[in-house]
Amino acid sequence: MSPISLDVAHMFAGGLVLVSFMMLYQDRLPPLINALSLHSLLLGLSVAWQAHIQNAPELYVTAVLAVGLKCILIPMALRRMVVRMGLQREIEVVIGTGITMLIGIGLVALSMDLMLRVTAGSSALVREDVALSLSVVLLGLLMMVTRRNAVSQVIGFMSLENGLILAGTGARGMPLVVEISVAFSVLIAFIVIGIFLFRIRERFDTVDVRALDVMRGEQS
Amino acid sequence: MSPLPLNPIGALLLTSLLGAAVLALMPNYRWSARVNVAASGLACLWALALFHARPPATTLFIADDLNTIFIALNTLVGFTTSIFSASYIEHELETGRLTPGYLRFYHAMFQLMMFGMNLALTANNIGLMWVAVELATLTTVMMVGIYRSHAALEAAWKYFILGSVGIGLALFGTILVYLAAVTVLGEGMRSMEWTNLLHHASELDPSLLDVAFIFLLLGYGTKVGLAPMHAWLPDAHAEGPTPVSAVLSGLLLNVALYALLRFKMIMSANPGAISVGPLMIVLGLGSLIFASLMLYRRGDIKRLFAYSSIEHMGIIAFAFGMGGPLGNFAGLMQMVMHSLTKSAIFFAVGHIAQAKGTQRISEIRGLTTSHPLLGWTLVAGVVAIAGLPPFGIFMSEFLVLTSTFARAPALAVLAAIGLLLALGALLLRLGSLAFGAPTGSMAPVRATYLPIFAHLALVLIGGIYIPAAMVAWFQNVAVLLK
Repeated sequence: MSPISLDVAHMFAGGLVLVSFMMLYQDRLPPLINALSLHSLLLGLSVAWQAHIQNAPELYVTAVLAVGLKCILIPMALRRMVVRMGLQREIEVVIGTGITMLIGIGLVALSMDLMLRVTAGSSALVREDVALSLSVVLLGLLMMVTRRNAVSQVIGFMSLENGLILAGTGARGMPLVVEISVAFSVLIAFIVIGIFLFRIRERFDTVDVRALDVMRGEQS
Repeated sequence: MSPLPLNPIGALLLTSLLGAAVLALMPNYRWSARVNVAASGLACLWALALFHARPPATTLFIADDLNTIFIALNTLVGFTTSIFSASYIEHELETGRLTPGYLRFYHAMFQLMMFGMNLALTANNIGLMWVAVELATLTTVMMVGIYRSHAALEAAWKYFILGSVGIGLALFGTILVYLAAVTVLGEGMRSMEWTNLLHHASELDPSLLDVAFIFLLLGYGTKVGLAPMHAWLPDAHAEGPTPVSAVLSGLLLNVALYALLRFKMIMSANPGAISVGPLMIVLGLGSLIFASLMLYRRGDIKRLFAYSSIEHMGIIAFAFGMGGPLGNFAGLMQMVMHSLTKSAIFFAVGHIAQAKGTQRISEIRGLTTSHPLLGWTLVAGVVAIAGLPPFGIFMSEFLVLTSTFARAPALAVLAAIGLLLALGALLLRLGSLAFGAPTGSMAPVRATYLPIFAHLALVLIGGIYIPAAMVAWFQNVAVLLK
């Protein structure tokens, strides 16, 4: 494998981690949705590059799905939803931005150390790819736990899924079944969430999940 | 060669899939309830056909001694639940909690969920298995939220968020397993085929497998409901329709556990990999003791039994973690008995909640006086689930404890403390639910007792006499599991 193909793949995967960090500190919804678009665009480019260097044309389908669906269509729908619900205000963050970023850095260091150590038998390309994708997954998780707003939790979930696709395409020759299913599952997930959001909106006029936390298990 | 004209696995999956399609198009809820029962019953027959003639394993599907038990249990409880569901939803329509439009959706989702679970159980491909577990989860999320009340939406949202995190971690683990396999088996489907993976397990990179299993354990463990990843489980059980609670507890938890067992088999076939037994023992014991303590403070009857499910999944994970022929045997038996008993209890609880119009334990008293048959059925069910003789759970818990005691007495003592705590809590609650001066509505309830009695009878038989053929089958599987 030529060094340039490794470098480009590395650049895209690293870019995804960077955008994941950007998402961590966006405290308003519209820029957060833009960051999601950028995240998905980078994923699409990364997958397309993998398709090119692995000689796996079927991966282009995944790339097109990532760009078409997650970079354009879903952010468009989310933007419309945000405007219609009047949610352009600040979103609440449970812990401060600084601490969140520090935890994020720790998670990236952890995933690098762990994955580079256990994948010693694989090629450099696969190792970098899996290590960076675990970082993206963990940053997505971090975002989901630090946000209280239903829309930003959904965005965190989608960035997590992007990390999974990055890992799936980095694993050479992984059967297409999985890629399609992941893309498909994101679609299903989106529909599910969409329905939920609208139901929540219908009932409570808010998408802040704290409004749903009243029950908190039960009082005996 | 199969003497049957059709492949039972294909027929089983097609039945649920076609059932879902037909039910989605049927406007009349009375007929769709019947079609639902028919489709579930047919699936059950196909599952029984698997005992008779088993198709050879292909790249995508497999039927072996291990999953045949799971499939049979899955379709049987699916069938009885569909019968219960028919009478349950009739009442929900009368009280206006559900509308015919929602019922159409509910029935289609029920079959789709059965399809997802059966697909996960028959998959010979770790990627396909993942997709199927995800499908089953998403359909149950939709069903949990179907009442659209404040609490139901919160439960569904929590279930969805925690479930997706679990799904994500499990997929990452699956990808890592593939990465470990690809250097040995080459690219493509071969490296995701479970039979291939098991066959070449000793050649796979052990450190990669270790990390992969941690992700799989956390991911699928969320679905099993092991503490501390259990937070979705009580809410989802309490706020969804009761037939959904019954299948969640009785079936979906088992399916996730089955996925874990498949990966555990690969792990134990690799000499360099960490031993997964201790991990499962810790999670299992933790869930058992935690859930037993939580049982004491429950005020909602469905939540009470949801925590009891966490407790039982803990025992089952503990038994499989101990391993060995006896430990695995006990785990399998505990799993079968728990599924049957817990779904029977949820059937009874569904009718009780409808009769009394509440799920709060403090508002339900003296059931044996106000609704004698229902009350005594609940008593039998709770006696069975608490692990008292003569029911099957007593036998399996006894086996878990004795097999552990011989190898690790300290662990057996901890497990016994957990079991006794749970027993105390359940009997305490049962006392106030079933006896004393009755409160609430005394109106007779139109209930379907057939599924409840069938389950309890099977559990009773399991406690008294298990046919030799079944013992041999379970022993065979226990050896397979290592």
